[in-house]
Amino acid sequence: MRSIIEYLKEIFNGVLSLLRGMRVTAGYFFRPSEIVTQKYPNNRKDLVMFERFKGEVVMPHNESNEHKCTGCGICEINCPNGTIEVISKTIVTEDGKKKRAIDRHIYRLGMCTFCALCVKTCPSNALAFSQKFEHAVFDRASLIKQLNKPGSQLMKGVE
Amino acid sequence: MRFDFIASYVSAFTGPWWKFLYDFSLLTTPVHEWLNGSVSPFWTTVIEMVVVGVVFLLFYAVVGLFLVYAERKVCAFIQNRLGPNRIGPYGIFQTIADLVKLLFKEIIPIKNADSLLFNIAPYIVIIVNFMALAAIPYANGLHAIDFNIGIFYILAVSSMSVVGVLLAGWSSNSKYSLIGAMRSGAQIVSYELSIGLALITIVILSGTMQLSEIVEAQRTGWFIFKGHIPAIIAFIIYVISSTAEINRGPFDMAEAESELTAGYHTEYSGIKFAFFYLAEYINMFIVASIAATMFLGGWMPFHIGNLEGFNMVMDFIPPFIWYIGKTFFIIWIIMLFKWTFPRLRIDQLLTLEWKYLLPINLVNILVMSFLVLKGWHF
Repeated sequence: MRSIIEYLKEIFNGVLSLLRGMRVTAGYFFRPSEIVTQKYPNNRKDLVMFERFKGEVVMPHNESNEHKCTGCGICEINCPNGTIEVISKTIVTEDGKKKRAIDRHIYRLGMCTFCALCVKTCPSNALAFSQKFEHAVFDRASLIKQLNKPGSQLMKGVE
Repeated sequence: MRFDFIASYVSAFTGPWWKFLYDFSLLTTPVHEWLNGSVSPFWTTVIEMVVVGVVFLLFYAVVGLFLVYAERKVCAFIQNRLGPNRIGPYGIFQTIADLVKLLFKEIIPIKNADSLLFNIAPYIVIIVNFMALAAIPYANGLHAIDFNIGIFYILAVSSMSVVGVLLAGWSSNSKYSLIGAMRSGAQIVSYELSIGLALITIVILSGTMQLSEIVEAQRTGWFIFKGHIPAIIAFIIYVISSTAEINRGPFDMAEAESELTAGYHTEYSGIKFAFFYLAEYINMFIVASIAATMFLGGWMPFHIGNLEGFNMVMDFIPPFIWYIGKTFFIIWIIMLFKWTFPRLRIDQLLTLEWKYLLPINLVNILVMSFLVLKGWHF
């Protein structure tokens, strides 16, 4: 007798758990508003990427064309596949001291794996990720980018 | 004056032009009589058979293509995706594009394959499908063959598709195909038992195996309501075991992708693969329409006791719409099964059949016979 009750209980519990699973999937079926798919080329104009999305490495500049890069080269050392090349120069400051400054910050997008080691290890937070993801170009040379804008300077107070 | 068109609209619905939607014999009988009057009876039969055959061919293709599309959409919605949405509005022409692609694909001859059986196998599966489709009542008077043993005939015919599956697996000269076909055959044969017993429960209740009479008997109430709990249990068992019989998930071990690539149709390509693919979906349509006919009243509208107004509104919807709606509801449930549950192991499959479905089914038949004997059903 007890085994029969257990048999029936087993069936009941089994059916109940199956129905629970079907409730979840049927719930998704009847709520199409929760669909996450983006119709990408059609909604290109108003597509907003997530803040954490790693599109490409950029160097943010402020309004007076100043960046935070001191040219220390830590990003270049940390980059696992030689994507970044920092070309620095020596400048003379107002009080007559010699100081290292950045000449060109070369970023090779074609080699980048978006591991974010450069962004994470930068001591002065000079690098960041942009949300731009349409990287396709017709010429391989245009994948090599210079991150510091021409004529830009080191921001005041960043050492 | 302004409302004249409404009166003409109503008269159009009640007039003779729309009557055939509610009784198709109004459309078919005059044609039959006209043919009988113009040509000899032999040619009448030939012409009618050709017309019915062409209609079934078109129906087969349209339903198959639509079901492939529906499956992709249902699956997508369950997984929070959009599904096909590029070709045509909401992607409705996606499967037609797929079909055109499959038509153009090369049919690769298999080395050391038994070419006769290899080429015949897809057609066996399709012929079996057509034979089963012919006996299904689609609407009032829209019924190709009305056997007095209709449901028995459908069961007998649909179990023959396993021959095509086994031939395909054996003649492919591939271990994946062979194992897939063997699994598929074992599964179909063992779950046929449950399907048969679940349908016998309803045959006991209706007292006939003729499908048109089974539908007619549900005029006062669908069997799933008439037969109380035994009918509901039989319905659940039927849906589960028919899912297993058509080799769909979660019972799709015959084509477990990770183990057997694609099961018995691994070696097929091009349009022959498409035949198998379509046949699987039409099989799903057939089992769903049997479920709709036996349990949910076929093309019979939904009636509640003495609610005259409500019954009138329900009668206004054409029977074919009722039939299609019920069938697609069952198909939706079967699709929900596939995209909800993980695949069963072979021992779990056999446990489900022999330790649960079969004993429950036998007890259920006993209870149903008792109900019918005592006259406790509605």
